[in-house]
Amino acid sequence: MSLGRYACRRLLLGLVQVLAVLVAVFLLVEALPGDAAVALAGDNPDPARVAAIRAAMGLDQPLVTRFGEWLHALVRGDLGESLVSGRPVADFLADGLPTTLLLAGLTMLLLVPSSVVLGVFVARRAGGRVDRVVTALTIGLHAVPEFALAIVLVALFGVELGWLPPTALGADPLADPAVLVLPVIVLLARPLCAVTRLVRAAMVDALASDYVRHARRLGLSRARVDYAHALPNALAPAVQQLARTTDWLLGGVIVVEAVFVIPGLGTSLVDAVAGRDMPVVQGLAVLFGVTTVLVNLLADVVAFRLAPRAGSAA
Amino acid sequence: MSDPFPTLRRRGFLALAGGLALAGCASNTPAASGPRTGGRLRAAFAGGGAKEVLDPHMASLFVEAARSKALYDKLADFGADLTPVPRLAEKWEPNADASVWRVTLRQAAFHDGRPVRAADVLASYARILDPKRAFRAKASLAVIDLKASRAVDDRTIEFTLSRPYVEFPNVLATFSAYIIPESTEDFTKPVGSGPFSFVSFAPGRSTLLKRHPDHWEGAAHLDELEFVLANEKSARVNALLAGQVEYAHDLSPVTARAHEAGGRVKILRSPNSGIQAFAMKVDRPPFDNRDLREAMFLLADRPQLVESVLSGSGQVANDLYGKGYLHYADDIPQRTRDLDKARFLVKRAGAEGLKVTLNTSEAATGFVEAATVFAEQAKQAGITIEVAVGDKDTFWADTLKNGSLSSFRSGAMPIESHVSQRLLSKSTTNVTKWARPEFDALYDKAVSTVDEKARDAVYREMQRTLHAEGGYLVWGFADWVIGTTTAVDGVLTAPANSLDWARFDRVWLR
Repeated sequence: MSLGRYACRRLLLGLVQVLAVLVAVFLLVEALPGDAAVALAGDNPDPARVAAIRAAMGLDQPLVTRFGEWLHALVRGDLGESLVSGRPVADFLADGLPTTLLLAGLTMLLLVPSSVVLGVFVARRAGGRVDRVVTALTIGLHAVPEFALAIVLVALFGVELGWLPPTALGADPLADPAVLVLPVIVLLARPLCAVTRLVRAAMVDALASDYVRHARRLGLSRARVDYAHALPNALAPAVQQLARTTDWLLGGVIVVEAVFVIPGLGTSLVDAVAGRDMPVVQGLAVLFGVTTVLVNLLADVVAFRLAPRAGSAA
Repeated sequence: MSDPFPTLRRRGFLALAGGLALAGCASNTPAASGPRTGGRLRAAFAGGGAKEVLDPHMASLFVEAARSKALYDKLADFGADLTPVPRLAEKWEPNADASVWRVTLRQAAFHDGRPVRAADVLASYARILDPKRAFRAKASLAVIDLKASRAVDDRTIEFTLSRPYVEFPNVLATFSAYIIPESTEDFTKPVGSGPFSFVSFAPGRSTLLKRHPDHWEGAAHLDELEFVLANEKSARVNALLAGQVEYAHDLSPVTARAHEAGGRVKILRSPNSGIQAFAMKVDRPPFDNRDLREAMFLLADRPQLVESVLSGSGQVANDLYGKGYLHYADDIPQRTRDLDKARFLVKRAGAEGLKVTLNTSEAATGFVEAATVFAEQAKQAGITIEVAVGDKDTFWADTLKNGSLSSFRSGAMPIESHVSQRLLSKSTTNVTKWARPEFDALYDKAVSTVDEKARDAVYREMQRTLHAEGGYLVWGFADWVIGTTTAVDGVLTAPANSLDWARFDRVWLR
């Protein structure tokens, strides 16, 4: 199969996937108890008032009508308005996106080289003491949930030692990048462990493969065999794991943004779900869905190029 | 219960006993010199994220209330004992039967220089009362007959009410009844008459305000005031410890205990801020049985609840709302645990081996903990309480309708408002379903009795009934815990939602 046809087929599939995500998110939020009117009324749930809010929000319309109208507007590029504040959903995305992108982008930027270098480094020493220590550390760290790691790091470096800001409260991450250090470390920890272990395993397999042994027998230098022949094959599964890490990052960002008070998309999502603010939830679902599909598509295309057999089999 | 701040308690007592408004310096350390002018105070609150709005009539969160208070004024606000204190209104005078009220405005100006006029007041109230909208203050303001009310002149308003209502000043002070300039609908750059004027707003992030030099009460000390949002209590206290903010609203009592001895931050406690209770629905089994309700009152170990759930940052309650507030029936003896009598009453109610579900959620701090502790206490009287943790976002609407026993908490409001919103046949948030014609009649009598002493007697009679057989098992009054850096002075301690709570125009930075 040619790369172009493969990409097209995947793109169409992606569109269907995003649509399925939107329907699922709509139904799931709808299935939560209560609606935006009840959430807004809070501890003053005067039934007449709740009914008035509901009518003002248009929530008295049937479910299918609301979803249809929303989808129709989406096709025209209109994400709608927040039920609660009346602000355009596009504003929510535009406000939160740069921060979240910065956080996720920095993490990916650090993740790729560090995990590959570390993975290859230990793979070339497979079975040795360094390998055993790194393996133990990566397994151990991978078992620590983000929020737990975040709390420990904040207590130690943010509050006790005072080396780094414990929260990003009131700070602009672009003007004051120090506020991003702890969040990025927390986001980096688990995927770094996972990808490093994957690269190590793939590299160990590749180094033990027939073609590498053959290349060695031909008298090529060890470095050339390892980096020019073994590594590209070892990277294909790692690239796909990196794509999966992007999905994971979107989830991790929600936790990290909450703990470090970073006003990004994760915070918006949590607030929107709590407020049952459907248009905002849906807008974020579009963004997250499209991002996930695109990143995975990109990863598969890259993997296809790196090792065509792996790609076509997928 | 240890009391780390005896001065606060004593001052609270003075304010209650003497009816004195807390005035002047009331910080917990004596100021070496007078207030200093200048600086920016950053205050961290829990917030609603990007959905928050600047429309003061839509305020419902604490941060929105605090911000509205900085930007706007009401005609009146509540003192520490929840008596209405004049604000934009200079004075109010009722007619003989308290059905017509003449309110005189003080000389005040909006941030853009326009004077605050009677027309602005009437327009603000008309906006809140708009039948097509659903503002929180609408129910309280509904007593005003707007068509019959009028502006006598620019600074005098004559409010005609739909019935005689002695407690009308409570309406003027009601939550979110702020005065905005006539025909304002756009709040992207809000203009009010409060001690701070608007600079910038980033929803979900921060709101920056600056001193309004011409405020009628005298200019604030701070140059600038910034509200920032952090939903987690732990994040607020961390930001405070690291000096990222100077003021952190609503800390957990456990955190407060951990940090107040360290000297890095100041901890302030506002007594009588959060009313903690369990609500029994009296219109359905099993709590339609009066003996069983009394048994529940008697099996509760209030000191244990206060100590374990509030970590001691609070006081034991007596099944009545509003300790320390005007008209509170402090002459009713404190109820204490009596397991023998509780068991006897359970037996008499035929409720031995009763199993009942207690609906709770994470809607408020300590709800689930209190429910769990209370379930243990009930077990000792032979009642099995199954704690059901429900959805926090819809908890209040759910428990208003469903179940028979639920967690309950309330912020401060006058006892009269508590009764009218929750304990009358026509009350819209009557979670205990307490609906009795003779009780309704007592309320009507109270709010139409002009003589203060006679009125107080009626309120006390109502509270005696509630204490004996009401649906609210009020077990505690939580302190509101606020933390500041040591550089902050002039923070007053008063119940949440009263005038001196989250009041930043009297705060200064050393």
